[in-house]
Order: sequence, then structure tokens, then C-alpha cells
Amino acid sequence: MTSYLARRAAQAIVVVIGVMIVTFVIIHMIPGSAARAALGVHATSSRVAIFNTTYGLDKPLYVQFADYVVALFHGNFGISYTLQQPVSTLIAQRLPGDVLLLGVSTVLAVAIAIPMGIYQAVKRNRLSDQLLDGVSFTLYTMPDFFIAFLLIALFSVQLHIFPPEAPAAATLGGMLADPRGLVLPIATLTVSNLAGYSRYMRSAAIDVLAEDFLRTARAKGLPERLVLSRHVLRNSILPIVTLIGLTFPNIVAGAVIAETVFNYQGMGLLFFQAATSHDYPVLLGTTLIIGAATVVGNLAADVAYGILDPRIRHGN
Amino acid sequence: MATSEVTPAAGAEAQQEVRRGTRTSPFRVWAANRRAQAGVAIVVALAAFCFLGPFFYHTNQVTVNLNDATLPPGPGHPLGTDGDGYDVLGRLMVGGQSSLELGFAVAIATTVIGTLYGAIAGWAGGIVDVVMMRVIDTFLALPTLVLLLILVTIFTPNLLMIIALLTALSWLGTARLVRGEVLSVRVREYVQAAKVLGSGRWWTIRRHLVPNALGVIVVSATFTVANAILMLSVLSFLGLGLPPPSADWGSMLTNGLDYLFDGYWWMVYPPAVILIVTLIAFNLIGEAARESLDVRLR
Repeated sequence: MTSYLARRAAQAIVVVIGVMIVTFVIIHMIPGSAARAALGVHATSSRVAIFNTTYGLDKPLYVQFADYVVALFHGNFGISYTLQQPVSTLIAQRLPGDVLLLGVSTVLAVAIAIPMGIYQAVKRNRLSDQLLDGVSFTLYTMPDFFIAFLLIALFSVQLHIFPPEAPAAATLGGMLADPRGLVLPIATLTVSNLAGYSRYMRSAAIDVLAEDFLRTARAKGLPERLVLSRHVLRNSILPIVTLIGLTFPNIVAGAVIAETVFNYQGMGLLFFQAATSHDYPVLLGTTLIIGAATVVGNLAADVAYGILDPRIRHGN
Repeated sequence: MATSEVTPAAGAEAQQEVRRGTRTSPFRVWAANRRAQAGVAIVVALAAFCFLGPFFYHTNQVTVNLNDATLPPGPGHPLGTDGDGYDVLGRLMVGGQSSLELGFAVAIATTVIGTLYGAIAGWAGGIVDVVMMRVIDTFLALPTLVLLLILVTIFTPNLLMIIALLTALSWLGTARLVRGEVLSVRVREYVQAAKVLGSGRWWTIRRHLVPNALGVIVVSATFTVANAILMLSVLSFLGLGLPPPSADWGSMLTNGLDYLFDGYWWMVYPPAVILIVTLIAFNLIGEAARESLDVRLR
């Protein structure tokens, strides 16, 4: 177990370094356009030259990369071209909002998907299962932005219950002061994740239902309720842990969409605005955080799985 | 009672199904699957609608005509017109062409690149395999959408460019699957046995590797079609898709959403429905294919 974890951690570090190289190379594919993007197409060439010198863009790429890595270890992600603020400050401002958005929606999606999947597995191939399957299949294929607009059309335009805009405040306290604005962004991500999780949960529970230890549990006279809550639930929850780790990139992509639709002050919106304004330091910083979070998330899921599953915990 | 589901009778039935499964080719099982049939029927109908439809239903999809803008469905315009005066039904056909072309082009390119990469990594093994797989891990650590948005802001999008970018980001999954398949086939006992009996490398590839990997490849290609069409619609939604006057369902939907609050439903729901039906159709085909490969699920 320990050597396995050490190997996984070493792999994770390699991947994080890879992410740094990849984002750096992609973003510098067209040198010089950063200055044009920040200063406008009518900027004089001397202003462009000053911009490039100020941000170190006139140095060779490998020097820029080395500088960047050294700066990263000092917690310095650079200065935003458009917002004139340190990228680390911008990210630190937005991060709590994302933890709130992703955390709540993921917990909600799992909390609904688990009973839904077990229910469908028990009622396998009956009408209720097929109906729920049709619903989750449709939601699963639906683009996230369309889910968001359906929710807006229903709850904002028709029923006037929830506003179509997230709270304008960027701080966590400010967001929580306007809880009604949080409902639709969280609901969008919950629905979008729920569809995949419940389908996965259904098939995991079907596998568990066919296990020998369930026959034993029933044979020793355990009531069906306890069979489901003790044996089926506990055993089919395990793969969900891994699934959350693996689907983290999807969750992040969903957050970019949801934050753009609802104008939610999170890192996804920051990233999107940086992409459209060619704000390279912000793009680089947010992408790096997203990549690192994915790698750490996968690693954490592996570790959690090892702790939760006695077969792995005690094995070598 | 739920307990009856694990009686010995059910077990025997399952065994019988497995036995039948080993004799039937996965393709036949797939073709007999009602989900697969529905999916294929929808895709054929969609292709006919998009590529043959314009021959029978002539509309102007090139020049803006503001006199005819936002007309509700009625005679002459069965699905009304959009904010630029384009006929919505005719635009669905034209938009579908780029969506379907993109989906299939990305799937084919992805399959070729992913299969080659995965096969090489799996076959070479050792340090080559490790390096090649870490490269994939690196790209998979970043959401496709995030990488795509960065690339689209650097390269000016047109249909070919979006096909190239989506391919560059979609082959990773296929490569990983194919590599896994190659690795597992190499160590399977019947392949080892064949090797002991003197079968050559090409025999192993032709008789064992290709048939085993083919299913996985087909399944992943089907999902790639759906995913590419979805990604195009997301790009269009974010305003980074195909530039006008070219049309796709995603940009139609996005333009329509601007009018949603005015009650112009015919600009929103037709592209939304056709987009979602298309995605469902390809997912149905893919899921049925995956099920037909999994002997346990047959």
C-alpha cells in the first residue's frame, strides 16, 4: 500500500510538471499577441516593446519558463494584463466561491444519485426504473448551458422564484448573504452531475445485488431494508469515490459554463474572461490550479478508496 | 419479493445467457438491440434530413433579410424565421450538416491517431509506454473545454480548425483504451498458448488483438461523435464557435436564447430538440455497443 501510494504520488508530481509545460507552451504559441491584446491593435510598436520588456516577454521561451517556475515556488503567479492585480490574489478571491459551488452541487448530486441508483437497481427493468433511466439519460446528453437555460426559463421567467443572476459579491460572505441567487447555479451543476452518477450507481448496485454475500445476508434472515442499507449501500458507494475523482475535469468544465451563464464570481468565469481577453498570466494561473486540483483529486480518490476498501487496505 | 431475484433458477438462466453470448458475435447482439436500432434509425433520418432535405426544401441561408425576421411558424415558414430572417427549418438542415460533418470527421481522425498511439505504447512497453502514458495523463488532467477555449482564442475558428482542435483533444481516451486492450491481450493465457504453439506476431495481432480491440474502438468512436457535436455547441454558446454566415445547431440555439424572454419559442426549441435527439441517438448506439461487448450484460 505504501509503495503503491509513493508511486502514485510520484506520478502525480510528473503530471503536474507536465501540465505546467503544456499550458506554458500552448499559451506562448503566438508570441507578441499578448501586448496587442492588452494594449489594442493601435498601440505603437514602442509601447508594445515596453510592455514586452515589463512582463519579460522579450526573453527566450525557456528563460521565461524558468522564471515562471521559480516565481511559482514563491507563490507568484504574475500580474494580470487586464485587471492589473496579482493572479494569486484574483484566484484566492475566487476560490472560496468555487469550493462552495462545486462542493454543494457535488454533495447534492451524490446524495440524490445513491438512493436513486439503488432504487433503480432493485426495481431493475420495471416501469419506474425505465422512466428514471430515460430522464437521467436525457439529462446526461443535454448540454450544461441548456440545463441552465431551462432552469432560468422555468424558475426565473415563468415562476419568478429565483433570480437568473448569481450574487454580485465576490466574497463568500457576500454570496451567502444572497442565498436565492445561488440556487440556480448550484442546481445546474447538481442536475448535470446527477445524471452521470445515478447511471453509474445503478449499474454498481446491480453488480452488488448479484454478489454471494447478499444471498448469505438474506439467508440468515436479515430484513430487506437492512440488506439494502448495510450491504448494498456500503458496497456500491465505493466506486462513487473513484468516480468523483475521475469526473473532476467534467465538473470543472460544467462550472465554467454555469459561471458564465449566471455571472457567478468564480474561477471558471475568471478563466473564461481571461481566455477572451488574451490575459495570459490569469489563463496560465487558473489552468494550472485546475490541472493540479484534478491530479490531487484523483490521488485523493485513490487514497480514499484504499482506506475504505479492506481488500486493498490489508493487501499489498 | 426481491429475494426471488437471486434464486438458483435466475443463476442458471444467466449461465445460459453467457453460453449463448460466447457463440454470438458482438455485432449481431448489437444489431438485435432495440436501443441500437433506434439510435441508427435516428442518425440515418437526421443525415437524410440535413443532406437531402435542402434539395426539396429551398431556403435562403446566406443573406440576412430583416423584413422576414422573427416570423412565427406559419405558411411558407413551418418553423418560423430567426432574428436575421433565416428560415428556421432550412437552417436546421444547413446547421446539421456542419454538426454531423464535424462529429464524424473528429471521430475518424481520433480513432486513427488514438489507435496508433495506444497500440504503439502498449506494444512497446517499458519506458516508452511510461513516457507516452504520462503525456496522456497530463492532457487528461485538464478539462477538454479548458484546453479548447485556450486554443480557440489563439487559432481563429473555422470548421476545419475546430475539427483539428477537437481531434487534438479527443484521441487521448481512445489511446488509453487501446493500450489497455493491447496489454491485456498480450498477457492472456490463450494468447500465450498460441505463442507457445508457434504463432507469429502478425497472427497474434490479426487473430487476437484486432478483434478484441475493435469493439472498444467502435464504442469510443461513437461517443466521440456525440462529444464533438456537444463541444461545438458549447463553443457556439460561448461565442467562440463558427463565424457567421455558417450555421450550426449550437449557434442557432444560442441566438434563439437571446429571444427566449420575448416568447419566440420557435428559435429555441427546434435546435435544442434536434441537438439533444442527435446526442441521444449516438449515445444509444454507443451504449448498446458497450453492452454487446460485455458478456455479463447480455
